[in-house]
Amino acid sequence: MKKTSRLFLWLLPALSGLLFVGLWYGVRTASGLQSWILPTPVEILAAAWHERVRLLAAAGSTALGALAGFLLAGALGFATALLLGVSRSLRAGLYPWLLVLQMTPVIVLTPIIVLWAGPGLPGIITITWLISFFPIVANMTQGLLSTDMNHVALFRMANASRLQEMLLLRVPSAMPYYLAGLRIAATLAPIGAIFGEYMVGNSSGGTGGLGFLVYSYNTQIKIPALFATALTSCLLGFIFVAAVAALNRAVLHKWHDSFERNDH
Amino acid sequence: MESAAPIVKFTSLKKRYGAGPLILDDINLTVAPGDFVSLIGPSGCGKSTILKLVSGLSPGTEGTLTVLGTTPREARDRQAFIFQDATLLPWLTAQRNVELPLRLRGMAAGPRAARAAEMLALVGLAEVPEYYPRQLSGGMKMRVSIARALTLDPQLLLLDEPFGALDEMTRNRLNEELLTLRERSRFTAVFVTHSVSEAVFLSNRVLVMAANPGRLHGEVRIDFAYPRIPALRERPEFQARVNEVSRLLHRVEATASP
Repeated sequence: MKKTSRLFLWLLPALSGLLFVGLWYGVRTASGLQSWILPTPVEILAAAWHERVRLLAAAGSTALGALAGFLLAGALGFATALLLGVSRSLRAGLYPWLLVLQMTPVIVLTPIIVLWAGPGLPGIITITWLISFFPIVANMTQGLLSTDMNHVALFRMANASRLQEMLLLRVPSAMPYYLAGLRIAATLAPIGAIFGEYMVGNSSGGTGGLGFLVYSYNTQIKIPALFATALTSCLLGFIFVAAVAALNRAVLHKWHDSFERNDH
Repeated sequence: MESAAPIVKFTSLKKRYGAGPLILDDINLTVAPGDFVSLIGPSGCGKSTILKLVSGLSPGTEGTLTVLGTTPREARDRQAFIFQDATLLPWLTAQRNVELPLRLRGMAAGPRAARAAEMLALVGLAEVPEYYPRQLSGGMKMRVSIARALTLDPQLLLLDEPFGALDEMTRNRLNEELLTLRERSRFTAVFVTHSVSEAVFLSNRVLVMAANPGRLHGEVRIDFAYPRIPALRERPEFQARVNEVSRLLHRVEATASP
């Protein structure tokens, strides 16, 4: 029973994907839409193959911006959460402004970012950071505040210093939360980088990245290539998410209940 | 000279949280060196609060409390607390959990590991130092917790219903092991429990508490000599003591306001 259900779980996404492709062809045939409005999956794969050199170079460029912004968000998010976790006054004083930062649409900030960070990679990294920063801070802060009260009592009983309590107790017990924040950020970082490239990448005169390709293919009305760019962006996102899943496993699998299996 | 001084001394102590109701009323209690005192009573009678006061986790409202000749907080480094659940840090191995109090004291890694290994062997867990808590059974976790509490050789051990979640066989075995450890380490103990037979088996004094507000209702002296053996539980004198404590408990529960 258990084995068949597991196989079934693996087959399900493939099945739904096939169904979706079938539906896609159905709509295309029934509606009589032309290739430049709704290309078929095969046409998209063909376009991807045709544009493979540009797509790969662009994906590499986007990956660089996304990774840099993601790492910056991971590091600054961790540090900011530590500050917020240390004191109630810092939390009360800073958290509303973090919310303000999060709620200001990035599109509004983009011209300002270009003005300050400059166009090209610095601007792209800043935008990526801005988009992926908040979920990390919010999760990690929640984690630092969710420490088991008996564990805290244990540390107090042992006359542990505030620093010891933070480093040996609160930070490790917040790791599942931090990693959950990173997982959300991993889905956002490539999107942030592509958006950044679309908005500020084209003025740099460099290779551009996927966001610039979107701009370029769109003006040339290369719709299958546009779909191929979307596909490439998806794959890039999957790589980011898979990397964080691997990190999550490496950090937590030995002790965390989320990795509880039938291995005793 | 220290052996003459009480380990814990409550004098007319009252406790309330903020403007809330009185949790503990007029507690007068002296725990002598070598005592194994059990606190038993209906839920809400403030048994655990007494442990919190002694450990300095929570201050008294009125009256005085001295622990090991000083304030509860000052006495912290000579006492240890064993919680209701094992409260092991899940991201540390059994060995590293036992090392924790030593690490917090700044002891170097080498001697720290040696001491922890010794303690684990003492509670019969020499085989599992690299296991994480989730790989251990409830009884094993509690043994690690006991080993951790005893690494610093405390003079006073506070136990808050440590075996409440275990099955009876494991609980009995751990009771016996705790007494064996006590023969060796000579700590004084204050033990909170819901089990009358556990209290009688372990203690030389069983204090029955009443609720609303929490207060000491009566005391039963248990004068069986230590070391105590498991067969003690089957002797009629043991049963007589259990009955005596149970009678006191029934009286307390009958008079409790609803």
